[in-house]
Amino acid sequence: MRWEALYFAVRNTKLLVGAGIILVLLGIGVIGPFFIEKPPSEYVGMQMQPPGAEFWLGTNTFGQDLWAQFVHGLRTTFLVGALGGGIAAVIGMVVGFLAGYKGGWIDEILNMLTNIVLVLPTLAVLFILNAYIGVRSAGMQALFIGLTQWPWAARSIRAQTFSLRGRDFVDLARLSGVGSGRIIAREIAPNMSSYLLLTFILLFGGSILIASSLDFIGLGPTDAVSLGLMLQQAHQWSAMHLGLWWWFVPPGAGITLIVGALYVANVGLDEVFNPKLREL
Amino acid sequence: MRRYFGRKLLIYGLTFFMAVTVNWLVPRLMPGDPVASMLARARVAQPEAQEALRVYYNNLFGFDLPWWQQYLNSWGSLFRGDFGISLWAFPTPVADLLTRAVPYSLALLVPSILLSWVVGNRLGALAARRKVLDNTVLPVSYVLTATPYLWLAALMAWGFGVVWGIFPVAGGYSFSMTPSFTWDFFADLLWHWLLPFSSLFLVALGGWAIGMRNVIIYELESDYANYMSALGAPQKLIRRYAFRNAVLPQITGLALQLGVLVAGALVTEIVFSYPGLGSLILAAIQNKDFFLLQGAFLFIVLGVLIANFIIDVVYVIVDPRTRVGMAGAAA
Repeated sequence: MRWEALYFAVRNTKLLVGAGIILVLLGIGVIGPFFIEKPPSEYVGMQMQPPGAEFWLGTNTFGQDLWAQFVHGLRTTFLVGALGGGIAAVIGMVVGFLAGYKGGWIDEILNMLTNIVLVLPTLAVLFILNAYIGVRSAGMQALFIGLTQWPWAARSIRAQTFSLRGRDFVDLARLSGVGSGRIIAREIAPNMSSYLLLTFILLFGGSILIASSLDFIGLGPTDAVSLGLMLQQAHQWSAMHLGLWWWFVPPGAGITLIVGALYVANVGLDEVFNPKLREL
Repeated sequence: MRRYFGRKLLIYGLTFFMAVTVNWLVPRLMPGDPVASMLARARVAQPEAQEALRVYYNNLFGFDLPWWQQYLNSWGSLFRGDFGISLWAFPTPVADLLTRAVPYSLALLVPSILLSWVVGNRLGALAARRKVLDNTVLPVSYVLTATPYLWLAALMAWGFGVVWGIFPVAGGYSFSMTPSFTWDFFADLLWHWLLPFSSLFLVALGGWAIGMRNVIIYELESDYANYMSALGAPQKLIRRYAFRNAVLPQITGLALQLGVLVAGALVTEIVFSYPGLGSLILAAIQNKDFFLLQGAFLFIVLGVLIANFIIDVVYVIVDPRTRVGMAGAAA
């Protein structure tokens, strides 16, 4: 079964292209900072230099190296996406499994909670939380994002659990006296593992987009550079009006590439796991 | 149907209740003395404003009252439409600032949401199961939906506004104009509105096209579609039926996407310095104007809840099953 998935995975162009782009950018973000000696906020050169041999992405109005910022920014952006998406996926799984498997009043309460958080406009809640409590680190930002992103995941996991709950193998496990936690972990979760992976990928991409909006509005981490913060600074110091396109085009392109590649890889994975969708 | 609406309204009521509670609670979770730190952080120049603010804050928060009374008072002032006084634009009431900004935000949001939904659905339906179209529409849609709203807005402002110079890059109307009911002013408004609207429209478009394409493919594989084609019904008719069925999940999707769309509009407004809620929120954050921020938060929550309710009503009109109380009641 696993080998079969791998067989189709290496033959799926969407998955290969998406995963390839992500791996390249992730590689730059993880390894790149080791090759840049100076911190990304240091004033290293002439101001407003266009991209060239010395500064690959040019410099901004302060003479900061934009390539250094981009590389460090990639790292932060991946971190916030993975952490925020991960937290949201875990909460969504706990709520979804519990509500779907237990049913009854637990389901009623959890479902109500899910629906409430679902209609709350996420970004507006994050404005309030970030502005008052103050987000000073990327991890904190990811935590807040994760705490507001889980509802739709919980809802779809609940629906899937609901349909698996009545299957014979689950009944059999229940009859043989296995506890609820074990049934969920051993019988239900493995049967929707591919779906859980897809959910995490979508949450990953969504978290990156939300983080970029938060950064842009001035509620980003203060101890790090991220792609969203680069855009915020470019806007704040009117890079558009000065014609410094190398300041705001690369970070936005980076975000679009990461999120787009995640979505495309997601579609590819879906085809790998779901025989109905394969184009053969 | 009554059960359906009853349940929805209960959820919306609870959501609003929770939003107001969060809004009340979060400032009290702030470490230290909120009044002192707000005064310290507020950039108010005049000393009389400082003093007025101190008295005002202490009265407003009423920290000498028991917490439940503080909480009830906050509901009381909410129902009186009292959101406090803005620090950034002292002494303008927050409610005035917000009501002045809301029309601009709505003028961006409503047309871009509706148009992108309609056009995106048409595009997705056209692309489904048509090789050439699918291979162009789908990749473009994925790029659009992965684009941060603020980045496309910045690109368009730079491309059309700065490089090409055919569109204004900032403001809701030209500085030389005074708002009036004349054609000139209206044309000027439209001129400033076009770029932010287009960037919002484009980013939202991709998601709807992808969604519709996927649902249509699913519908075309269903029993009724197979049955109809076995009967020899023309492909066009089958597609029309599939489209009508596929619209339903897209309406639900619209309700789920509202928060994201509003967020997109807020950052787009900031890029274009468009005088809507987004620019107010930016000003509030930069100037630590917490009353303005909290007021904007409640306005947005209320707006999203109302829009959700409108979508529920539309759903009932469009899907007859909800009217007899079968499907949808469980939603």
